[in-house]
Amino acid sequence: MSSEVLQAPLVLEYPFTRSTGPVIGAFLTGLRDGVICGIRRADGTVLCPPQEYDPLTAEPLTELVEVGQAGEVLTWAWNGDPRPMQPFDRPFAWALIRLDGADTSMLHAVFAPSAAEMSTGMRVRVVWRTEREGHIADIAGFEPIPAQRPSGRQQ
Amino acid sequence: MFEEDRVSADRPAARDPLAAPAALSAPVTLPEALAGAEPVESVCTPIRMTYTYTPGRALSRYLRAMADKRILGERCGATGQVFVPPRGVSPLAGAATSEVVELADTGYVESFNITRVPIERRPDLKPPYCSAWIVLDGASVGFLGLVINIAPEEVRIGMRVRAVWKPDEELETSAGNILGWEPTGEPDEVITDYERIGRVEASDP
Repeated sequence: MSSEVLQAPLVLEYPFTRSTGPVIGAFLTGLRDGVICGIRRADGTVLCPPQEYDPLTAEPLTELVEVGQAGEVLTWAWNGDPRPMQPFDRPFAWALIRLDGADTSMLHAVFAPSAAEMSTGMRVRVVWRTEREGHIADIAGFEPIPAQRPSGRQQ
Repeated sequence: MFEEDRVSADRPAARDPLAAPAALSAPVTLPEALAGAEPVESVCTPIRMTYTYTPGRALSRYLRAMADKRILGERCGATGQVFVPPRGVSPLAGAATSEVVELADTGYVESFNITRVPIERRPDLKPPYCSAWIVLDGASVGFLGLVINIAPEEVRIGMRVRAVWKPDEELETSAGNILGWEPTGEPDEVITDYERIGRVEASDP
């Protein structure tokens, strides 16, 4: 009998389509149209991505608001070995990004040239895909905003 | 939190339990930028896993035999049952199987299902088609196959079938060598021996 080990590529896939409901639907509608939505809590703070219910009081939330398209990296992890279907085919950072006008953060990719270019508190801005359909991947990722040098102080 | 619980307990049951929760009907308000936008109502979120499958010893024997158009089962030394495809263990005795058994490529339909809805990315499966649990002659359990060369509506429990193999030049180490199972035309099997097909508890030794 042959001693060669048999092996074969296998793919398991479930092509789910799920209903969004009005809140997630509005968030995805916004992404398709190049707008990022959060949702306002009773105390005025804004959750982004929006949630259907208040995470502390469980009250239904209904007031969707537009947030900024740039924000701050709260924490990050370098992905040096991207896998197929991930947002970028070169090394990039996964980051929690708090967009301007929001009080919570969303997980997305930051396209930085190397881990050395990443830091907590750095500013990033959204990079939109040209073809958008109402999906979180309508945001290709985020790119670092170069820190502005104060003018007139260069030697 | 506890205060709230106490208040709830005292409150008379006012809400119709079958009515949709208020939150489902509460209208959302959109930012100005989305006024009049066609709303997104569904999203495709496929879950996909690609991997390399390595079959292990028992299934490797089974797959290599498939390349010669032979079907191998394995016998449990404790109960005498023959399992196919073999996994190297007896699921009833919880022990390693003791013997490799060559099975006929004929058997009968123990159960079947007619599928009328197409599956994405399986254009080779044209509805309506019949998948069946087929018990091979000499086996104690059934395994899955397609019943072909017969209208699905004419398939019946007990119907005798034989394997339809790929042409010799296309044989691989794959269970895909069996294209399906076609009727032999023999009289139907009368299923009375439920112990043989694994429907009763194994008796205590």
